[in-house]
Amino acid sequence: MGLEFIEGNEAIARGALKANCDFFAGYPITPSSSILHHMLNKLPRVGGVAIQGEDEIASIGMCIGAAMAGAKALTATSGPGISLYSENIGLAIIGETPLVIVNVQRQGPATGAATKGAEGDILFTRWCTSGGQPMIVLSPATVSEAYELTYRAFNLAEQYRVPVFLLTNKEVCVTRESVDLERVELPQLVDRTRVTIGRPCLPYSFKELHEAPEFAAIGGDQITRFTTSSHDEAGYLTTSPEVIQRMIDHYAAKIESAEEDIALVKQDIEAYAETLMISYGITSRSVAVAVKKMREQGYKVSSLTVQSLYPVPTTTLSKALVGIKRVIVPEMNMGQYIQEIQRLIPAGVKVVGVNKMDTTLISPDEIIERGILS
Amino acid sequence: MSAAIDTYLTNEIGPLPFCPGCGHDPLLKALDKALVKLQPDPAKTVIVTDIGCIGLSDRYFTTHGFHGLHGRSITYACGLKLARPELTVIVLKGDGGCGIGGTHLLNVARRNIDITLLVANNFNYGMTGGQHSVSTPLGGITSTTPMGNLEGVMDLCGTAIAAGAGWAYRGTTFDKDLPDRIAEAITQAGFSMLDIWEMCTAYYMPRNDLKKKDLVDIMGRNNLKYGLVADNPRPEYGSEYRTTYVDTATPERKPQTIETKFGNNVTRQTGIVIAGSAGQKVRSAAGLLAQSSMYSGLSATQKDDYPITIMTGHSVSEIIISPEQINYTAIDTVDYFVLVSEDGLKKTKSRIEQLPSTCTLYVEKSLELPHTEAKIISLPLIAAAKKVNRLSIGVLALAALVKDSDIINLDAFAEAITASQKPAIAEISLRALEAGSALIQDRQEVEPIIVSS
Repeated sequence: MGLEFIEGNEAIARGALKANCDFFAGYPITPSSSILHHMLNKLPRVGGVAIQGEDEIASIGMCIGAAMAGAKALTATSGPGISLYSENIGLAIIGETPLVIVNVQRQGPATGAATKGAEGDILFTRWCTSGGQPMIVLSPATVSEAYELTYRAFNLAEQYRVPVFLLTNKEVCVTRESVDLERVELPQLVDRTRVTIGRPCLPYSFKELHEAPEFAAIGGDQITRFTTSSHDEAGYLTTSPEVIQRMIDHYAAKIESAEEDIALVKQDIEAYAETLMISYGITSRSVAVAVKKMREQGYKVSSLTVQSLYPVPTTTLSKALVGIKRVIVPEMNMGQYIQEIQRLIPAGVKVVGVNKMDTTLISPDEIIERGILS
Repeated sequence: MSAAIDTYLTNEIGPLPFCPGCGHDPLLKALDKALVKLQPDPAKTVIVTDIGCIGLSDRYFTTHGFHGLHGRSITYACGLKLARPELTVIVLKGDGGCGIGGTHLLNVARRNIDITLLVANNFNYGMTGGQHSVSTPLGGITSTTPMGNLEGVMDLCGTAIAAGAGWAYRGTTFDKDLPDRIAEAITQAGFSMLDIWEMCTAYYMPRNDLKKKDLVDIMGRNNLKYGLVADNPRPEYGSEYRTTYVDTATPERKPQTIETKFGNNVTRQTGIVIAGSAGQKVRSAAGLLAQSSMYSGLSATQKDDYPITIMTGHSVSEIIISPEQINYTAIDTVDYFVLVSEDGLKKTKSRIEQLPSTCTLYVEKSLELPHTEAKIISLPLIAAAKKVNRLSIGVLALAALVKDSDIINLDAFAEAITASQKPAIAEISLRALEAGSALIQDRQEVEPIIVSS
């Protein structure tokens, strides 16, 4: 194939197409708009449907409808749009809808610095809807990772029948980079398990709590139903505390039991290092430069780049924390993912955040001065 | 042929659950009769419900059912219909849903997507305690208008028609022909809606002493037509989408790929900034420089900064090129700065003031620079560009940079131009490339200027 010079938003659209996405609905918002442009240009050419909704609520609503009819659906927005997606994200969880949602973060709150980058939506994305259910959130650091993780997000959405977030940043999505997408290694494509035709309609039936129910498409031969209400395995409204609790446990088990399967953490471990950098997204690239500089000066330092922010890859992180005395977590927010790290930290280990939200990247020197040498 | 279906209602979870006398009951039975008349395949039919008492309805039908969020039923219906055009899609929502989801009503009518909307309009929110809605008549007593409703009545059909709805009907659950009207709506090849007035026996009817005969009177008092309100079919969105977008679509052009064809003199990550005005093709020129660098075996990144009013003000691009993978994509130390206009100067003045002595600044000679440590190369960029094409100033200035710095070969720049631009544009860019290079031949170096601010 060869090198191309493209931005993250185009890589996201191409990752989606590579995963056989065939439905897109979205509403314009900086800095995610060019995903909308790419999808509107690309999908009709492969027989898919792409539409600009009248707002974010309609956009995700159309995606949920299409996904339950059997489509592989994508929607994309920025933080303020996630506010409007919020209620429908809950619907996708309770209705067990495979759906990929892109949040190209910009500096906020509210309209904020609309054309500038930040990563202020980490905890917001994790807890973006009522009811407090687990979420899968992937975060790319580069244009080629934007491609790869979009593709993987579709696989996870299909496998667990959940909405999956690609949580990224203006700095990845509207920066052009030289990349070769053909060289990106991708796993096998996963398709949701389809229902066996002829059984009674049990759209929310599962044997083990962690199993995603078999999928019957609306409009398929097996009559099915979808609901926003607490329901039993037949999709009928229920008020039974036992049935409701079992469903709640099921939503949690699907994701929590899969923590190690979902975990994507890039590890750069140096033997006997007592300092560990933990980062994600665009900031992990500044960390890579800082780590190289420090090592050149003889300083021992290890580094983890978390691509799967949620579920928190606890097992991998805990292993890497053995022997560590100081953990540095740089973030383009005022300290969010550091809260997840702090929960895992043994007593006596110092955790240092390097934070800012002034729209500029955290530089390698800032990480060294405020994190490593402070 | 299989036997005719004599009902689409099912008793699987019991009889319909509504209060005695509730209008939802006759409404659903009228819908059933309409389906029996039309005999659609239940597996190719979906009933989409909103929130409210009417939201309980889908599960009493033998078709597919989709029960979604309050006010959003139309959006799911549109997604289902666009993804599976062969489906018969029927939406059941209340007057409350029409309020909270008003924009979806407007937009499905405007787009004309082939779904049928039945509004179970009983003038209040029955599920949450009888609050007033967008359709509560003037003076109507509800739990939120205890002294009478002061808000105007929304003409649901009229609103949808204003937005483009091709078929709309207003009636009551007491109408003998309601099943036929619903069947007629379903057969429309576009958006169709029925505003069906009915009784809420739990709240609105007792509080307002509402009688069957009052319904049509209220329509009259509000100048709302009873019966068929609009019958003006027009092309349906989904069909138009498929014939206009999908059937005629050509495969996407293969992306432009770049292979190393030239050498370079870049030994470390190098930051280049070009600052100009909207309309000077700054971003496009920066992209060409980045791609030239890729033809020269380098990695590249590009970021652009411009106002949202894109045809006015500054346009600044930052390019990083490097023999290695580029991690940190900000430029803290600029190596080359190219300044081609007053807008660009205004935007980057403080940055220019901070340029280090290791930076080379290529500047349009008419611009008045602030104090800077950078090595200044003043060139008649605007005059030279005018001779080629004023839009080519970006390429021209960057060509001067390439020629002077020798970071990459000008042939690589030419390669990027011919590979990515249309021939007519490329011809201009190639002339700009030559003109920029020629400027360096007789350049005048200016020593750093010390200007007191």
